[in-house]
Amino acid sequence: MHPAKIYPENLLTGKLGIDSVPWHEPIIMVAGAGMVGGAILVLGLITYFKQWKYLWTEWLTSVDHKKIGAMYIILALIMLLRGFADALMMRTQQALASGGGHGYLPPEHFDQIFTAHGVIMIFFMAMPFVVGLMNIVMPLQIGARDVAFPYLNSMSFWLTAAGAILVNVSLVVGEFAHTGWLAYPPLSELSYSPGVGVDYYLWALQISGLGTLLSGVNLVTTIFKMRAPGMTLMRMPIFTWTTLAANILIIAAFPILTVTLAMLGLDRYFGMHFFTNEAGGNPMMYVNLIWAWGHPEVYILVLPAFGIFSEVVPTFSGKRLFGYDGMVYATMCICLLSFVVWLHHFFTMGAGANVNAFFGITTMIISIPTGVKIFNWLFTMFRGRVRFEVPMLWTTGFIITFVIGGMTGVLMAVPGADFVLHNSVFLIAHFHNVIIGGVVFACIAGLNYWFPKAFGFRLHAGLGKVSFWCWLVGFYIAFMPLYALGLMGMTRRLDYMNNPVWHVYLIVAMVGALIIFAGIIAQVAQIAYSIWKRDELRDVTGDPWDARTLEWATSSPPPFYNFAVVPEIGNHDAFWDAKQRGQGHPRPKTYEPIHMPRNTPTGLLIGLVSVGLGFGLVWHIWWMAGGALLVMIGLGIVHTFNEDRDYYVQPEEVKAIEDAYFARLQAANKKDAA
Amino acid sequence: MAGLMAAAGLVLSGCKMAVMDPKGPVGAGEKDLILLAVALMLIPVIPVIVMTVAFAWKYRASNTRATYAPDFEHSNRIEAVVWAVPCLIILALGAVTWVSTHTLDPRKAVAATTPNVKPVEVEVVSLDWKWLFIYPDYGVASVNELALPVGTPVHFRLTSATVMNAFFVPQLGSQIYTMTGMETQLNLRADAAGDYEGMSTNYSGEGFAGMKFTARAMDQAGFDAWIAKAKTSTKSLDTAGYAALAKRSQDVPASFYGSVDPNLFHRVLNKCADGSTTCTDDGMKMAMVKSMSAEQCKKATKIERKS
Repeated sequence: MHPAKIYPENLLTGKLGIDSVPWHEPIIMVAGAGMVGGAILVLGLITYFKQWKYLWTEWLTSVDHKKIGAMYIILALIMLLRGFADALMMRTQQALASGGGHGYLPPEHFDQIFTAHGVIMIFFMAMPFVVGLMNIVMPLQIGARDVAFPYLNSMSFWLTAAGAILVNVSLVVGEFAHTGWLAYPPLSELSYSPGVGVDYYLWALQISGLGTLLSGVNLVTTIFKMRAPGMTLMRMPIFTWTTLAANILIIAAFPILTVTLAMLGLDRYFGMHFFTNEAGGNPMMYVNLIWAWGHPEVYILVLPAFGIFSEVVPTFSGKRLFGYDGMVYATMCICLLSFVVWLHHFFTMGAGANVNAFFGITTMIISIPTGVKIFNWLFTMFRGRVRFEVPMLWTTGFIITFVIGGMTGVLMAVPGADFVLHNSVFLIAHFHNVIIGGVVFACIAGLNYWFPKAFGFRLHAGLGKVSFWCWLVGFYIAFMPLYALGLMGMTRRLDYMNNPVWHVYLIVAMVGALIIFAGIIAQVAQIAYSIWKRDELRDVTGDPWDARTLEWATSSPPPFYNFAVVPEIGNHDAFWDAKQRGQGHPRPKTYEPIHMPRNTPTGLLIGLVSVGLGFGLVWHIWWMAGGALLVMIGLGIVHTFNEDRDYYVQPEEVKAIEDAYFARLQAANKKDAA
Repeated sequence: MAGLMAAAGLVLSGCKMAVMDPKGPVGAGEKDLILLAVALMLIPVIPVIVMTVAFAWKYRASNTRATYAPDFEHSNRIEAVVWAVPCLIILALGAVTWVSTHTLDPRKAVAATTPNVKPVEVEVVSLDWKWLFIYPDYGVASVNELALPVGTPVHFRLTSATVMNAFFVPQLGSQIYTMTGMETQLNLRADAAGDYEGMSTNYSGEGFAGMKFTARAMDQAGFDAWIAKAKTSTKSLDTAGYAALAKRSQDVPASFYGSVDPNLFHRVLNKCADGSTTCTDDGMKMAMVKSMSAEQCKKATKIERKS
């Protein structure tokens, strides 16, 4: 049970050798075989069904924001399975290792698992899920035909995917970091983590972080420059507002992450001393910097989640959103405040009472706009006609769950309370309470809500409800015991603890995790079953929920150009407004040519080659890293010489597509009338 | 929800909840603070949960008798209330926070239960993966066992000889980080005799789970006996003894040192405990002297002598 061996460096393979793969670890080998086997199966099926050309032209090289968004979400769902497998292993380990004995995972393996769980769930599950939904929905909501920089969008996605690939490679080749998901130095410095784990961490996050930053620039530009005529800022749907806020935060916060990780990288690769124990290094600086990114990151995830609920509640309440202006101001307040609270992650570092009290109070102030949002959703339901379709179920579950998580969060914002709760499993329960109850619930609500828009058929409601109830019940059973355990003095990240009292609670928590697992299986089953029964679940009108915003004004799935004629906007419930006036589906007499971007494989290729860059850097295979970097730059340069990047869709083609859509609409109306 | 209620029930009954069963004034203050903050927050949280369920039920689509106002989107009165209620709660909680953060400041001295009792000084060093406690006034040290006289305040000065850790005895209150080259301070008092579990709460590597210690609160006689027993240990925490202790080890049982280099904590703090390197403070002084003019140097020496 030793960490994977590291060879003395050589020119050809750097630190990599045959024993870098932990052949003697059965758990890793089985997981690795499963991953490799699954990949081979998928590739084999694609080959067998001769789908490579379709995949290449329609998906891999696509710059269509809807397809890129869908690929982000597919990545997120796959990573959810990986991250959840880690969660199950942790819960079983702690359940076993609390009743005497040390469980089945040695500490160096357990430590990698909780690190990988955090990294994967935040960076490669929650982030891609949220970014994917923003990609699919936001351009449609503002009446745009794509994002501002379509090729950049494709590159952003493939860089994110490259980061995810690197993390998963680390499972089998070498090791992952065993430092915790934020890799606090000095533990993450060479003197305490000499292996390649932290290097995998650094390069996976640097490469995917670049993608996230570029995506932030792209989406902010899209919102500012590409809104339909008449859509002033105060007529944007709330989801678009929260997308704007989240991407402003990405632009402001991700460079901090990049620089912080770069400094840690300089320590590890060039023997510098930014954060080391020796030679004047200061680890406290890293903790401050990483949270100066880390706290805004929380709002990068949760603001779009709030945006999703702000779309779902009015739609399923059949009612205008209550307090639109208040929602906008609340969103932007949170956006600003998120930068002045970071110190609440380390009240116990010994700062003075004035400093701690200041950051405690700024943190609490965030709960004011957040509370306003909750009340606004409630008063949107008030005097509505609430239809409990799957997205609305998730939303109701969210409100109740989130206020409990918010309460424990504000509790820990009181420094005196944090002094006894910090780094306990109470903290773990709190942030899972808000991230599962807030972000994950929102993502699945959004998936159910917008799936018919993206793919033209609904997700099966029955299986969706099964998934919801499993998640909701499982969440409470899994995390309420952790709140209690935190009050009993149980610290996070323990690979064993001999405590018969805790044992019972940890078994209950494990059962909760298994119930959530059932919810995930139901979720996967829901998607598979819905694809199989897609003809029965077909959405013909493009507006399956009787919704309010612009994305529902076009067909499902939308044509690649989104809107044949860009609508004029007079209201933030633009589509509802048009439907009220009987102009939900105006049929233009003539069509204009539409300017569209051409697909390009450059983003995909740069992303794939960046895996080589990361892998080379991790293992000190300098020829591979240098070569990959040169190829990436070369690909970028070659792309600049490609002048055939855009084209005009001719009016005849638009007319043919639109005529077919209107024919479907008419047929559906007749069926309804009959 | 059921789980939450069960948890709340347990909190109230105080059943084995270390944080809710404090044995000293710091922990007691923190427990009261938690209960007060939760009570304040329940003022809006309970109505929100009730409203969610009530609105969801009353305005369900199948209930056609309920009022339906599809264009109702604004009401000054409701909006004033939904902004005012959170503002007021946070105003109250903010005041509580300001005051409690100052009274519970880890650096603030804790009073003794009887007058004219001097606090016990303890120097704490986190090592891979055990805790070293030095009693400078008694010239003894212990590993993974901390002794405290009941009713007497204890003043801790803490640092780390390895990665970041955090010193925490849940039943006594406040935890605090230990960091290399940095000194943090903490003041605690135990008011009831007993053995309390202590630990590191900041993950520090593969031996982290075993980095536990026992905080033994005992009466003055017991404490004196404990010190006397420690003194009988033949082990000495000099440079060699410290170097042996600093080597990585896991699940370390309690042990004692009968004599301690009186400067050891200072040397750990200044990263020269192994004797092979210049102490950080000496290095800084030398660097300062080098860059000073003769005039400044004279002044600086005078100031140092005065202090």
